[in-house]
Amino acid sequence: MPKGQVIIDSERCKECSLCLTVCPHDVLRISKTINANGYHPVEAALPENCTGCTLCAVICPDLVLTIKRLVPERT
Amino acid sequence: MRTVFKKPRAMTKRPMHYCPGCTHGIIHRLVGEAIDSLGILEETIGVASVGCSVFAYDYFNCDMQQAAHGRAPAVATGIKRVLPQRTVFTYQGDGDLASIGMAEIVHAAARGENITVIFVNNAIYGMTSGQMAPTSLIGQKTTTSPRGRSVKDAGYPIKICELLATLEGPSYLARVSSHDPRHILQAGRAIKKAFRMQKEKRGFALVEVLSTCSVNWGLTPRGAMEWLAENMIPTYPLGVYKDVTAKEGD
Ligand SMILES: Cc1ncc(C[n+]2csc(CCOP(=O)(O)OP(=O)(O)O)c2C)c(N)n1
Repeated sequence: MPKGQVIIDSERCKECSLCLTVCPHDVLRISKTINANGYHPVEAALPENCTGCTLCAVICPDLVLTIKRLVPERT
Repeated sequence: MRTVFKKPRAMTKRPMHYCPGCTHGIIHRLVGEAIDSLGILEETIGVASVGCSVFAYDYFNCDMQQAAHGRAPAVATGIKRVLPQRTVFTYQGDGDLASIGMAEIVHAAARGENITVIFVNNAIYGMTSGQMAPTSLIGQKTTTSPRGRSVKDAGYPIKICELLATLEGPSYLARVSSHDPRHILQAGRAIKKAFRMQKEKRGFALVEVLSTCSVNWGLTPRGAMEWLAENMIPTYPLGVYKDVTAKEGD
């Protein structure tokens, strides 16, 4: 089970690719599909690698990414 | 799983019109996150300037006013004095703030006006397609300096934080950058502090955020981030230029 999950609002993506450059685990790539604005949005190529570190979302200028992370249960 | 990153409540859902990779979007979000984390959304009034961020009023969920070119600090002064309980911020580019609006920003700072200024320095006029700004670097090629900015013709870049730091009015002046996640998180902390200074009635606070304009610089979004780090930071050193709370160990 991956530790994190990246949720992508593809219609907002402008294919700037900044998120790809900061992901430490190569989770993201540019997809072959096209959104309504004519951009190839990012997609999660290796979702199982996601740790929920949020770096991609921090650098995304367009609020494309929402991040979830597994929070360890307190005992 | 718990959601650890999402759109701030202080921002609307409207897609932003900025070019791909433009750091205006990042800086808008940092302002939104600061407003959220201080819980001041309902009381905040933003003043948008003229430049690419002229439509900022569509992207923030608080009350917004659009000001004439360069006049945002004067408009913010009026709003703050009439409604002192509200938190008032301006969001201005370097063409707006350091060129046509130089008088307004200097005097608002000198008066110690209790407002927060977010100053986005991308070293160029973005909206009007890449003319030289007062902040353009020496040697920087723009549409009005095609052979590079020459000191002989156009003088030296204006360093706003250093300039305003000579005045007694400001309570907080900081220069931060938006070129990688670490610096973006730092920028977010500075912006939050600049809002907190206003809540504490300490007077004028300004955060200068170094930012990119990949389209008018003629670079890719990633290339622009690297260009910023390599070229802008040496001219515009990052750091806190004034902080009246520093002595209190804040
Ligand atoms: C009185 C007036 N003069 C000139 C202009 C043209 N103009 C529009 S935006 C702009 C410069 C904007 O540059 P900046 O503030 O750096 O913002 P950016 O677009 O780079 O974000 C200028 C000169 C104008 N709109 N009004």
